[in-house]
Amino acid sequence: MTEFLQQLINGLSLGAIYALLALGYTMVYGVLRFINFAHADVFMVGSFAGYYLGRLVPGGTLWGGLAVLAAAMIACALLGVLIERLAYRPLRGGPTLNVLITAIGVSLLLQYSGQIIFGATPRTFPQLFPVAQFHLGRVGISSNQIVVIVVAPLLIAGLQLVVFKTRMGMAMRAVSLNLKAAQLVGVNINTVISFTFALGSALAAAGGILYSMNYPSIDPLMGVMPGLKAFTAAILGGIGSLPGAALGGLILGGAETFVGGSQFSTYKDAIAFGILIVILLLRPAGLLGRWTAEKI
Amino acid sequence: MSFPRVLAPVLLALGALWMSGCAPKTTDSSTLRIGEFASLTGKEAAFGQSSHKGTLLAIEELNAAGGVLGKKIELLSEDNQSKPGESATIAKKLIARDKVVALLGEVASSRSLEAAPVAQAAKIPMVSPASTNPKVTETGDYIFRVCFIDPFQGTALAKFAQSHLKARRVAVLTSVSSAYSVGLSKYFHEQFLQDGGVIVADQKYSESDKDFNAQLTAIRAAAPEAIFVPGYYTEVALIARQARALGLTVPLFGGDGWEAPELLTIGGDAVEGCFYSTHYSPDTPTEAVQTFVKKFRAKFSGETPDAMAALGYDSALVLADAIRRAGSLDPAKIRDALATTHGFEGVTGRTDIDAHRNASKPAVILEVKNGKFAFVESVAP
Repeated sequence: MTEFLQQLINGLSLGAIYALLALGYTMVYGVLRFINFAHADVFMVGSFAGYYLGRLVPGGTLWGGLAVLAAAMIACALLGVLIERLAYRPLRGGPTLNVLITAIGVSLLLQYSGQIIFGATPRTFPQLFPVAQFHLGRVGISSNQIVVIVVAPLLIAGLQLVVFKTRMGMAMRAVSLNLKAAQLVGVNINTVISFTFALGSALAAAGGILYSMNYPSIDPLMGVMPGLKAFTAAILGGIGSLPGAALGGLILGGAETFVGGSQFSTYKDAIAFGILIVILLLRPAGLLGRWTAEKI
Repeated sequence: MSFPRVLAPVLLALGALWMSGCAPKTTDSSTLRIGEFASLTGKEAAFGQSSHKGTLLAIEELNAAGGVLGKKIELLSEDNQSKPGESATIAKKLIARDKVVALLGEVASSRSLEAAPVAQAAKIPMVSPASTNPKVTETGDYIFRVCFIDPFQGTALAKFAQSHLKARRVAVLTSVSSAYSVGLSKYFHEQFLQDGGVIVADQKYSESDKDFNAQLTAIRAAAPEAIFVPGYYTEVALIARQARALGLTVPLFGGDGWEAPELLTIGGDAVEGCFYSTHYSPDTPTEAVQTFVKKFRAKFSGETPDAMAALGYDSALVLADAIRRAGSLDPAKIRDALATTHGFEGVTGRTDIDAHRNASKPAVILEVKNGKFAFVESVAP
């Protein structure tokens, strides 16, 4: 029982990070109908922003940690807007495949310029927030895990509020429904799309910092695996659906942890991706996704 | 339409010009070329950097003393970024394009195993400074190493666990994607079980994993007296941190893959009281080691050489010694001379190349104590 609870906590804290990252994929897909493969590398940049900014504030303090988190989120929001402006906007209106391939290009660009700028050697991520270790009987949980488990749902709830309760959110949903029609009724789609990228990239930065707090060794290729997992989570939950992305992240994190702790630990990634295949066979649009005919 | 037609001859001419500019220089008869491939950047950069520095120091000394066979040694170093798939390409380039007479490299066994078949096929001798997996030299008769092999290291660690750590119930956490880790784990298992020990949990991970909580929680449930982690320092440091966070206080121990300052910077307090086996300790009071430490510190701004640096140094010297004895730059003659290396005194001890092209050398066991590596004991081969 102790082991089960411990694995549940491990799975939750891993899943929460996947969920944060999956939201970025799903949001861009919802609005623009393409997978932004560079998202995982914005996550990496967020983590490096935290690494460099973390030196400017006293380590292990709450306000310092929050300041770094906020600054990294703003930096990555700007990066996201910049990527959209320079790489994706010139291709708007063309076939989706072109943007998709460009996204892979941007992803590689960030990874390899990261290796030049930051160096390919792993760095130790600083201790941003005060750390403590709590024990309930034999079940241990670290303050970093608590931060992840608390911050991730808060950010997801905040996102849900933005999308469903604000004018900008309404515009986002309008663009998602039909880009041309939204333009016709006076929605400034450039602003909406920039905003979507800013929001998604800020969440990626938050994910990067939370991830690095738990696994404090960062390098320019660190986004690849979590990115793939989060992308899987987004598909699993139903791409385009925000609660679906969160659910997908939790399922994937949980599956990986429970398999990783069993005697089949060698197959943990295989089983996590196997679940994806099974779910897509049963529900091709993902768990919470709505099936719609693709307009080509 | 006619534009490409006009351009094509120009491009061809430019291409030819570029090709001639880049063509391999004809071997300058006053130098002899040795190729080195190492993980100078990336996940295991500490290994490549250390062995590279050791090699540089050795080459500098050899050249200061007049070189080998009256020729200066030219070391051509290439970085494989610690990535799988790069080493074979680099080995091909060094052999085909740069016409090196011999290769030095790598520390990680998986990457030596990539380059070894290339060197063997081209019949260019390759000396690995620190790859301990037996398969490396089994590739063929042109592949050598100047360090001990994992059957010895695994056995030594299994005995150490029972004699020194008094641990009969041990958990093992192996990296399935590293030839080094799988091999060391296997030899540890054999000896430990034979001595009456019990492996209470046998967990696996893959390289570049960062979350080990799942495996460690399962290990915790099995209540081991020690945890054997035959991996590389990047993962080991994270494993130690996550183990401590889960309340696992038993010692962790492993092999020479732990040898890097990053173990301490990433691991911090979590690796305190952990043990690993390696090839040498800079605290060894022999004159050879102390002179080497002094020279190394003088050249690399006070840095203390670790085992990979010492092996990098020895590998270059063993190779130079063989070239000298061969009396020729013919790779086949260098190979024959390497195979008869006997009684070569280096900083990591005496090197005798056996019939399987391995060196049998003592291992030392170090402990992380107050944020430093402290000597515990030496294990004779």
